[in-house]
Amino acid sequence: MALQPIDQFAARLPAAQRESVRQATKGTHEKRTQLLLDRFADGDGLRRLAGQIKQHVIENLDTYLPQVEARLQANGARVHWAATGEEACAAVLGILKARGATKLVKAKTMVSEEIGLADYLERHGIESLETDLGEFIVQIDHDHPSHIVRPIIHKTRGEIARSFEREGLGAYDDDPQVITQRARRYLRKKYLEAGAGLTGANFVSIESGRLVVVTNEGNSRFCLAASKCHIALVGIEKLVPRDCDLALFLSLLARSATAQPLTVYTEFIAGPKSPAQPDGPEEMHVVFLDNGRTEVLASECRDILRCIRCGACLNVCPVYRQAGGHAYRSVYPGPVGAVLSPMLAGGRFPEFADLPKASSLCGACQEVCPVDIPIPDLLLRLRDRGKREGAALASAGTPPMGAWALLASRPALWRAALAAGKLIDHVPTRLLPVPALQAWSAERTLPAWRGGTFRAWWRRRGRRRPGNGAQVP
Amino acid sequence: MITCLCDAFFDDLARATVEVLEHLGCTVSFPAGQACCGQPALNSGDWAACRRVVRHTAGVFSGEAPVIVPSASCVAMLRHGAGLAFEGEPDRPQVEQLALRTWELADFIVNGLGVRTWPGRCDATIAFHRSCHSRGTASGEAALALLGSIAGIQLRPFGEAEQCCGFGGTFAVSFPHISAGMGRLKLGQIQAVQPDMLVSGDMSCLMHMGGLAERAGRPVKTRHFAQVLRDALHQT
Repeated sequence: MALQPIDQFAARLPAAQRESVRQATKGTHEKRTQLLLDRFADGDGLRRLAGQIKQHVIENLDTYLPQVEARLQANGARVHWAATGEEACAAVLGILKARGATKLVKAKTMVSEEIGLADYLERHGIESLETDLGEFIVQIDHDHPSHIVRPIIHKTRGEIARSFEREGLGAYDDDPQVITQRARRYLRKKYLEAGAGLTGANFVSIESGRLVVVTNEGNSRFCLAASKCHIALVGIEKLVPRDCDLALFLSLLARSATAQPLTVYTEFIAGPKSPAQPDGPEEMHVVFLDNGRTEVLASECRDILRCIRCGACLNVCPVYRQAGGHAYRSVYPGPVGAVLSPMLAGGRFPEFADLPKASSLCGACQEVCPVDIPIPDLLLRLRDRGKREGAALASAGTPPMGAWALLASRPALWRAALAAGKLIDHVPTRLLPVPALQAWSAERTLPAWRGGTFRAWWRRRGRRRPGNGAQVP
Repeated sequence: MITCLCDAFFDDLARATVEVLEHLGCTVSFPAGQACCGQPALNSGDWAACRRVVRHTAGVFSGEAPVIVPSASCVAMLRHGAGLAFEGEPDRPQVEQLALRTWELADFIVNGLGVRTWPGRCDATIAFHRSCHSRGTASGEAALALLGSIAGIQLRPFGEAEQCCGFGGTFAVSFPHISAGMGRLKLGQIQAVQPDMLVSGDMSCLMHMGGLAERAGRPVKTRHFAQVLRDALHQT
């Protein structure tokens, strides 16, 4: 029986890395729960409300996208539409070329990871620099983020200090404050040299065309303060109906993502600088990205497009805590990634058909989701799809169910199986050609077989007490 | 419905379920054609196999009587999971009709019958594991209310209660390393409070945790709450 890649990855993961991921995610999760319940009388009600609002938006994107485009244009921004990642990369490159910019500073955006923007720009002679500390470290290490909010959750500060030393940013020192100061000094001059600043957007208000960008480091402000051109790369699902909805969404996002009442910096960007403003970008471009999202919208898994990328489902997920983010082999790890990555893969779905299997379906992800996405149901739907499409990874390590279903739907066969099961008490597990039994027994004992014992008791009792148990009244 | 696990391994829990219901004055019937709720196939992604089993089960349990199950997981399957697998199927109404009549045992006792306290005695400290499939249902609170009302029982809360034990049905054999890792963390939290027994509303979680603990040489006594309720009746 072929094995599940994510389980194999987890088995190889160094214990220290697993423990640091666990401690970090556990801490944030527990603080988040407290914060949400302390501040709000009905935190769960807020999650459901936010979920309904986002569901409304994604089901009416055909109406709302033209509206927001008109609003953004009225605000003085230029709007670009990209059907694919390649088109989005080309749009960004086109904007930079038109301005003669060769250097770009970037705030953290998962969408840029999704489309491989940094590599693309580098291939086209543009220096693209990550300014979020975590993403900066990922970049100098040629690594990948392993968490959507905390990209370097898998790294120790010793590793980071060694990377800084290697890059000539100072002699080895693993004091987080020293590391931060060094990155800050290095990045400051880069902001001044850059010809453009790129951000994502956490939300875009359809009503006002305002982009909302949240950070804790203030780096997105620096990206925009010095450069004359702001490029925002935005997934088409990021819309919220009104500015007043942001009160709800920002409250939920910061609490869910980092267990803060509000992020340190929350920017509302309503367009390029106005003539009265002394500083700020003269040009503002918003690149809306589809890259498979309309296909998700057309599927039974459209609810996943509500996601506001807070990472709460990663933090609470016991499988993520065991395996870490890189186990998911994709930009979006954890429960949300197990749905989103196979969906966004389009024709390459079979390569990711094991991701939806990497869950005990415990439901903790839905319980914490700030937009109440029924992630376990979506995982189940994708398991069904993987099986129907015959994806090998969807069946790896999974006991076949056909014969079992036959037994469980034919009472005579079922009773015969209950009797035959006694075999496991007498034959050592390793000699039985049942992979599931061996996988079970590697780490656990199996209770004694008692197949049919209850039924025998019930029959004996029925004879002793005629009339009892024979009929439903 | 006694569940496939009780049919194969845990006959005493099936008996306890009958005895607890009869103590409350219920007339219990046991349709002999029953086998399983169909969840293993749903979770494995083999929905055709799942529908086959659910159809059989819906036939076996046709009628008007409430269907009582000593497992929050099987109940979640029949109340919710089966509906997913039957979207667009002509016989979905039968499956939904069964869902409406299906109760988890503690939920039935407390919220169906309105019984909130339990007689008898049990001198033990208990760690109660809320199984994941009772999330968002009344079952966990119901079982805790009943256990907490029994003279002599001390409930011992433990850390990270929201975390899954790692069983997850076929997950336990498809992802054996992750499943065992999750189980060890859960056992660590439970054994830290040194309970006399680990109690849950799902025997599957207990089979997994008990098996892990035994293999690790630190066995833990596991009981389903129905067994605790039944045994309490015989102690005064």
